[in-house]
Amino acid sequence: MLKRLWYALALTVALDGCVPLNQRVLDSDQSQLQLRQIQSRVFDTTERERTLRTVIATLQDLNFVIDKADLGLGTVTATKLDGYALRMTVSVYPRGERQLVVRANGQFNDQPVVDPLPYQGFFIALSRAMFLTAHSLD
Amino acid sequence: MFRFVLAVLVGVSVTVLVGCVPQLPHGAFELNPESLVQRRLQTRRFETSHELRLLQASLGVLQDLGFNIDESESRLGLIVASKNRDATDPSMVIGAIALGALVGQDVPYDTTQRIRAALVTRPVSGHETLVRVTFQRTVWNQAGQITRNESLEDPELYREFFFKLSKSVFLDAYGI
Repeated sequence: MLKRLWYALALTVALDGCVPLNQRVLDSDQSQLQLRQIQSRVFDTTERERTLRTVIATLQDLNFVIDKADLGLGTVTATKLDGYALRMTVSVYPRGERQLVVRANGQFNDQPVVDPLPYQGFFIALSRAMFLTAHSLD
Repeated sequence: MFRFVLAVLVGVSVTVLVGCVPQLPHGAFELNPESLVQRRLQTRRFETSHELRLLQASLGVLQDLGFNIDESESRLGLIVASKNRDATDPSMVIGAIALGALVGQDVPYDTTQRIRAALVTRPVSGHETLVRVTFQRTVWNQAGQITRNESLEDPELYREFFFKLSKSVFLDAYGI
């Protein structure tokens, strides 16, 4: 009886840590469209360089240290260390002729950030710094 | 009965495992009054419109301080640099040895740290440029485990850095 209990417990623990590698690589447990909507906002501006500079300043205000930035590709990556490691990549790309999309994705320690709330916080800070309203992705 | 006990055990083990995963703290993406204080501490305004020259002077200071450049994007006014340094604190080592002798086991202590700096320039108005620098560090113990992950916020560190930068800007301006 006790032996069976131990087996059951060991099996539960083992299965819990046993997520298929492909699922880890593809992080495929959430819809791609839903994730994009959570992580993206549209701004009524075409000033890509200014937007990237504002992204950098906003991340610094949020206590991130910048890791990389690339004007050509339109990306900024930064890390916040505060007893934990929070890494963000923000990309900026045009949408039509009058707008830019800003997309952010985060990693908290070894977990992807998929909760909408942190992204809302980031985009509130960014839109204040941009003096522009952040629209949701349609 | 067996099934009930099994269900309880499974439930408890899953709860414990889920509870062990650290959660992103609330406020990680929120600006607070402290953010403004930090911004002031980490930023200086220079009366120049030559962003690239200011970036070059900053590069010189980072090299003076022993940093190696990891990344740069001059078109966005960015330099990222780092250095690895000893993190041994004699009092911590003595404490670890004393505690180790008491419990009969090796007690780890901090040995190395990686210090990172990101410096960003930003033109404001036609004749002024802001420089903002931020530092953080990761500390490892002799077992190779990370013991600290933190931003460096000592005001003296930033004052000293900008004192050196002002000097570097002056030296560069006179070609020294």
